[in-house]
Amino acid sequence: MSHSNSSKNTLLEIENLNVTFSSVHGPIQAVRNLSFKMGHEKIAIVGESGSGKSQTGRAILGLSEGNVSADKLIFDGVDLQSLSTRDYREIRGKRISMIMQDPKYSLNPVMTVGKQMIEACRIQMKVSKKEAIKRCMDMLEAVRIRNPQRVFNTYPHEVSGGMGQRIMIAMMLLSSPDLLIADEPTSALDVTVQLQVLAIMDDLVKERGMGLILVSHDLPLVASFCDRILVMYAGQIVEEIEASKLNEAQHPYTRGLLSCLPNNAIKGQPLATLQRQDSWLDEVPNRQEQDKNAQESLV
Amino acid sequence: MIIESQHKSAIELDNLSIHFGSDESLVKAVDQVSFNVPEQQSFGLVGESGSGKSTILRALAGLNQHNDGNMFVEGEALQSKRDKAFYKKVQMVFQDPYASLHPRHTIDKILAEPLAIHGFKDSERRIAQVMEQVALPSKFRFRYPHQLSGGQRQRVAIARALILEPKILLLDEPTSALDVSIQAEILNLLNRLREELSLTYLLVSHDLAVVSYMCEQVAVMQHGKLVELLQVNSKGETHAKHPYTIQLNLASKGYDRKVIEEFIDHE
Repeated sequence: MSHSNSSKNTLLEIENLNVTFSSVHGPIQAVRNLSFKMGHEKIAIVGESGSGKSQTGRAILGLSEGNVSADKLIFDGVDLQSLSTRDYREIRGKRISMIMQDPKYSLNPVMTVGKQMIEACRIQMKVSKKEAIKRCMDMLEAVRIRNPQRVFNTYPHEVSGGMGQRIMIAMMLLSSPDLLIADEPTSALDVTVQLQVLAIMDDLVKERGMGLILVSHDLPLVASFCDRILVMYAGQIVEEIEASKLNEAQHPYTRGLLSCLPNNAIKGQPLATLQRQDSWLDEVPNRQEQDKNAQESLV
Repeated sequence: MIIESQHKSAIELDNLSIHFGSDESLVKAVDQVSFNVPEQQSFGLVGESGSGKSTILRALAGLNQHNDGNMFVEGEALQSKRDKAFYKKVQMVFQDPYASLHPRHTIDKILAEPLAIHGFKDSERRIAQVMEQVALPSKFRFRYPHQLSGGQRQRVAIARALILEPKILLLDEPTSALDVSIQAEILNLLNRLREELSLTYLLVSHDLAVVSYMCEQVAVMQHGKLVELLQVNSKGETHAKHPYTIQLNLASKGYDRKVIEEFIDHE
């Protein structure tokens, strides 16, 4: 897997991704006409719960439970939509990894941490058991687990939330993927550990040219960590902005999210609250306008 | 400003220690912690996970036993068993509004339960009043928790705590499960209620920004010990001196590779 470190190479291209769930009240569109391109860089998808950010990650991995459709869903030259289940499995975990939000539900509860890590390691990299153990231990140390040997022999319910998250991260990084989708990977971690874990991912991006999609709700954090930020609201990207220019954000939703943080608030005065506007719902970025018109003409 | 002439303390901890396990596996979750929360003040407890901040809150609420030291509420020493009068004075709001409300009770039933336990007659009036206080529209009264959003559920949890008209609220990370826009609404609500009802808050959080916005004093905890007691000035600033607090402050400012390289594990 020799990728040039140039971030200009397109690693992932998505055009007009839609994820729909059917319900008794009619279809619910979790992701609406979402398009973006990314290279070997760190991008962030931010938004509130229910904005469709996690569903976007799942759709890329082919793990969405909804109806997924897209004009383009291309990873490193491979059309993900045309893959057979078996071929998808070859990519999933090995070339695209995802760190799920809740480690307690993502780890196997009846297998020790060590056993499931070794299993993942051996399936993906076809190494000996001894080699696998060594790699797992090294990775646990890399995510700042102080006593890897002890953690190795525990079951998932015996570790704390923060520890579970670090185990998940270690497991997903074992195969050194080309693209890592991290869904709120550090939300249960303490601030200092959170930054240390991000530093590990940063190294992988810089040294190995990994692409990183960081799904988060923490605007100040991603602004200081990522290269670009996609802001999602009600299933669509309402604003795309360079992380360093977050303070110049234009969209009222992004501005609203920034202003309701207590970080810059004046003590004794109420925090600004977000006034949601209906117009945000039907605002569609230009890139999709034509496509939308085309669809309407078909009907 | 509110507290000038009132030196009475609402909560006082005197060398409180709480241990879990025994022998080699002994964990000193809280290790000789003392502090004072003056009446009508908002007092913050910050620290990383496992620092003992929630354990203190749970001990005050009577959910944990303590091993050593004393706890006083309004000057009275707390016994290992709390009576009803205590819970009329002190109520708690938990972190996760998805887990702290009974899923098969309507909001009405959730709010009526404490009233029934304490033998209040005018439950009708009190429920209507408390829902208005936390700005919950009355149409939610006969709905179930799963029909409400996270922010609305946290309002129900706050309403349930307030319905007995307590003087002290123990707040365990009341906004960490919520989106920032909803967090702002709940923090505003808590500030308004504190002023209107002259409440005392003991607020546990891992978010320094939240605590310095909400509180007049902050205790920083690490590995069960209180490492620093900070006064928050009117601008929301603290002047931390302890290296651990300084590191926490730096970490909450965002990702900076140079800063991270210099982090040390404060053991």
